[in-house]
Amino acid sequence: MILQQLVNGLTLGSLYALIALGYTMVYGVLLMINFAHSEILMAGAFASCLLLGSPWLQSNSPGVAIVLAMLGGLLISALLALLMERLAYRPLRRAGRLAPLISAIGVSIFLQNAVFLFISDQSLAYPQIFPIRHFETVGVEINSLQLLILGVAVGLMITLHLFVNRTRLGTAIRATAQDASTASLMGIPVNGIIALTFLIGGALGGVAGALNGMYYGTIKYNMGFVPGLKAFTAAVLGGIGNIAGAMWGGFILGILESLAAGLLPNGSDWKDVIAFSILIIVLLFRPEGLFGRHVPDKV
Amino acid sequence: MLEIKELRTLHGRKIEALRGVSLSVAPGEMIALIGGNGAGKTTLLRSIAGLLPPDSGEIIFQGRSIARKPSHRVAALGVVYVPEGRRVFPRLTVRENLEMGAFLRRDRIAIAEDLERLFHLFPVLRDRQKQLGSTLSGGEQQMLAIARALMSRPKLLMLDEPSMGLAPLMVEKIFSVIQEIHRQGMTLLMVEQNARKALQIAQRAYVLETGKIVLQGLAKDLLHNPQVQHAYLGIE
Repeated sequence: MILQQLVNGLTLGSLYALIALGYTMVYGVLLMINFAHSEILMAGAFASCLLLGSPWLQSNSPGVAIVLAMLGGLLISALLALLMERLAYRPLRRAGRLAPLISAIGVSIFLQNAVFLFISDQSLAYPQIFPIRHFETVGVEINSLQLLILGVAVGLMITLHLFVNRTRLGTAIRATAQDASTASLMGIPVNGIIALTFLIGGALGGVAGALNGMYYGTIKYNMGFVPGLKAFTAAVLGGIGNIAGAMWGGFILGILESLAAGLLPNGSDWKDVIAFSILIIVLLFRPEGLFGRHVPDKV
Repeated sequence: MLEIKELRTLHGRKIEALRGVSLSVAPGEMIALIGGNGAGKTTLLRSIAGLLPPDSGEIIFQGRSIARKPSHRVAALGVVYVPEGRRVFPRLTVRENLEMGAFLRRDRIAIAEDLERLFHLFPVLRDRQKQLGSTLSGGEQQMLAIARALMSRPKLLMLDEPSMGLAPLMVEKIFSVIQEIHRQGMTLLMVEQNARKALQIAQRAYVLETGKIVLQGLAKDLLHNPQVQHAYLGIE
């Protein structure tokens, strides 16, 4: 029973982790919470869903279709994140901390309503592309969808980890997060680096949205809200601004939530309560998160 | 190489931090900029580096106006600023800090050679390659900041208070390194509280007071100028 919930928790947690990365990377360079990030994953879910239902992908084999759909979600979400940064946040870069936050909420409302008006105000069924197979060992059941989600999410996170820690551009992202004006003195184009973090966060969020759609089977214009908040919780839990922390925070939150759902009576009613209690407790008692904070290095 | 004409910069509120500063730096020169607190020395370097856009005046570097260019473009042209307080990236390793200095370069082989050369100049950095920047002592951080700037192969190196807060022995070391860099042909513009030291190693110097150049000349002449001796060298 506990093992089973661990498997479910890992799946859910890997989705939270992917989404949390978008919050934490943007916070790292801008000290701003992008509250429209939940709409990034909604956009990824819709783009991939519409692609799967479109005639171009239907002739393909399920494997190819799924990869193309996820790539489509990734692309649309990454572009959307770039656009958001350029239009809604960059003009407010020098306007204090509150203005971009409010702008983010505006973007979020705008995008939800755009989808509500122009695509659908109802839940849409996310096409099931391949028959879900169940595997069972030592009393634990895992299905092919969960394996897909875990594989894609963990693969992306390893790639991101290597990119951020091993490449010149990744190091420039960390340098910018630590001290943007000094980074610019090295010739690092800070605006470009900020756009890059939106692009990466958006891409990961888009894939997470597509996987989220597959996992739950339906998508809706407001589907980003709850997972967005949960992933934000995960980012705070891991220490906002801390990339590794966001991944661990995602997994921890997913596992705690699943354990609560499985072990408490009427547990699934409680899982949101558990998640947001964690948010409040962390903010009250350990605002720097479990894995250390993003220390502002500026004097 | 660098020509500044009538530079004016408002700083924060309506206080004029620079009130018409003109100066020039020729290739291969080492110029010292001295003056008291709040004289505008750092403002001047930050304006040249593109961190603080000036309100009026011109900054010409190698025939090109850089007064309104963003800092990363100024750096790309070869004007590199080592800021006050060193500003080492605290959570990058020493090696990563140096690699960021070479951010704009693509010539891997030459970068590796420069790294080797700098490790020769600053052996302590080689030993501490894998440590985080924040774990270095003040003197080591200053060396790292200078080495990081050199990794970009600057044409003009601007140093802001390189000896600030360092132990006397370390101050000696930093100044001898600066002299060594200059001997190798680097053009330097240096702001320094330690006026005596700065005037001893520089060729020419400017004295800045409340946003204006009040004195300029050969460093060795300023060293014997009674006004300078009284105000900055503690000689009555």
